Amino acid sequence: MARPIVPVPDPVSQPFWDACNEGKLIVQYCSICDRRQYPPEATCRDCGFDFHLSWQETSGRAKIVGYSITYDSRLVQWHPLQPFLNVIVALEEDPVINFHTNLIDDFGTNLTEEPDIPIGATCEVQFVEAAPGRMIPEWKIVK
Amino acid sequence: MAREVNWERNHDPVGIWNGRGKAVLIGRGHSPTDRRWDGETLEKSLGAYMMIAVQNALDDVGIGLDDVDGIIGSAGGQGNGAPLSDVWGPRPYFDAPYDSEDGLTHVTGQWLRQQMGFKNLRYINNHGDPVWNLIGQAAQAIADGRAETVVVTYPNGNLPGRYHQDPSNEARGPAVWPNTWGWGLSGQGFTFNQYCQKYGTNHDRMAPFVVQERKNGLLWEHSYYAQHEPGEFTEEDYLNGRMIARDLSIFDCDRPVLAAAAYVMTTAAKAQDMKQKPVYILDHTESQFTPRSLVQTIDDTEEWTDIQAQRSYNGSGLKPEDIDVFAPYDGFAVFTQYYIEAFGWRGVKRGEAHDFYAGDISLKGPNPLNSGGGNMGTGRMRTVFITDPLEQLQGRAGDRQITTKAEVAVTHGVLPITAGTVVMSTSPD
Ligand SMILES: [Zn+2]
Repeated sequence: MARPIVPVPDPVSQPFWDACNEGKLIVQYCSICDRRQYPPEATCRDCGFDFHLSWQETSGRAKIVGYSITYDSRLVQWHPLQPFLNVIVALEEDPVINFHTNLIDDFGTNLTEEPDIPIGATCEVQFVEAAPGRMIPEWKIVK
Repeated sequence: MAREVNWERNHDPVGIWNGRGKAVLIGRGHSPTDRRWDGETLEKSLGAYMMIAVQNALDDVGIGLDDVDGIIGSAGGQGNGAPLSDVWGPRPYFDAPYDSEDGLTHVTGQWLRQQMGFKNLRYINNHGDPVWNLIGQAAQAIADGRAETVVVTYPNGNLPGRYHQDPSNEARGPAVWPNTWGWGLSGQGFTFNQYCQKYGTNHDRMAPFVVQERKNGLLWEHSYYAQHEPGEFTEEDYLNGRMIARDLSIFDCDRPVLAAAAYVMTTAAKAQDMKQKPVYILDHTESQFTPRSLVQTIDDTEEWTDIQAQRSYNGSGLKPEDIDVFAPYDGFAVFTQYYIEAFGWRGVKRGEAHDFYAGDISLKGPNPLNSGGGNMGTGRMRTVFITDPLEQLQGRAGDRQITTKAEVAVTHGVLPITAGTVVMSTSPD
């Protein structure tokens, strides 16, 4: 599926997108605060410093915590896909960390009825091409 | 535009404000309220409306331009320079003073000084934050002696085309994380859905609240609805609202309008010579949070609103039972229960707001919630959250005047993630 909106990396997020292109889901980790951080930022949200921040690979597994459906987006490029699904998944090893997914393989877009989303189901990350050379993380239910 | 933040009271424990009772909110002025600007009629532009509102505010308290030494304003009522619509773009401008965006899509203090002829300004700040923060900042500036008589300006624009639509097919900066997956207003509905799951309630139970707000708003002369759509709005209308996202209908979203408001704030001493009764600022507090991760959850929301409510109580020394007039923000309507519960107004605890809505929240009843009508009852102006508490405490709210005591007011907005709370009273202590 062509993605309506393509992310443009910046210096802070570049390592994240590079990793996506290599099929890895990474998040920031602050060693002094012992916390993961996503989305990536220039500094740790807790301690405010950057020198304890590094990148850490994740399991790529997460659980569905909830969802929304968008009927009328302020993002014009998404209009042709309405209504579409937005699922929130929380990282298995650290449920504080959450991600968006459209669960495109399972439910997708242009919904005709409200889908039955299995809250708590385990998902695995998969990388899809948003534009040539630009992979983004999406998620797929595995059980 | 640099964001001046060192005036904020946002570090716990804030303690009782050392400016308590020194600064006064005393007058208000409004422009007409329109749905949107037509893009041509300069007498109905945001700048023209802002000047009308400023003059009305000065007239309200019987002072002139030369009595004002400060302007603190939101340049456009929009944070982050967000575009106002999808069709406004680079275009030819008009003759001066409408030869730039200033006066059309935002209005700075400098522009107002030039157009209106303020001579004695020594403090101008286009802070750009929501109106609660501007009132707080003005109160602080007055208490600190940086200005004596300040006009707070709050223009809110709306242009031809759909509001805040983003046509881009690329996402940059922080917008990358939501926009890549199409996440937008869905966030408000998502958190609200978590609230409903947590407490066993549902979206339909919002109806009595939104309907009551519309009723209250129809009694406020500056409300968009009072001026343009005065018909009754029923629970059935609410329940049939078109969905924008799951658990967020069109009637939970405040209607963008074009309007401006201005407020006169001054010292307790100077207020004695002005035409209206002084309303004393007892406290202002602010907060800015970040979600634990990408998506704001109900846990984030409850934690943040608890912190801010406690900060406000700490700063004012008040208890929930001391609040007579309570004005928690409602744009989006699905926010308001978080604030009521965090402040514990009328004893409402976490998860109980929808039961509270099902009781008597009428204007003349025991719990006159958002007696001005909020944004749902007036349009996306936000200024009813200042004007109504002010008028209630001054006893000049007319048909909206509540029948319960109106001596202490708390007004609170804008988002759970970034908020300002202002506490005002008919008495300086
Ligand atoms: Zn840290």
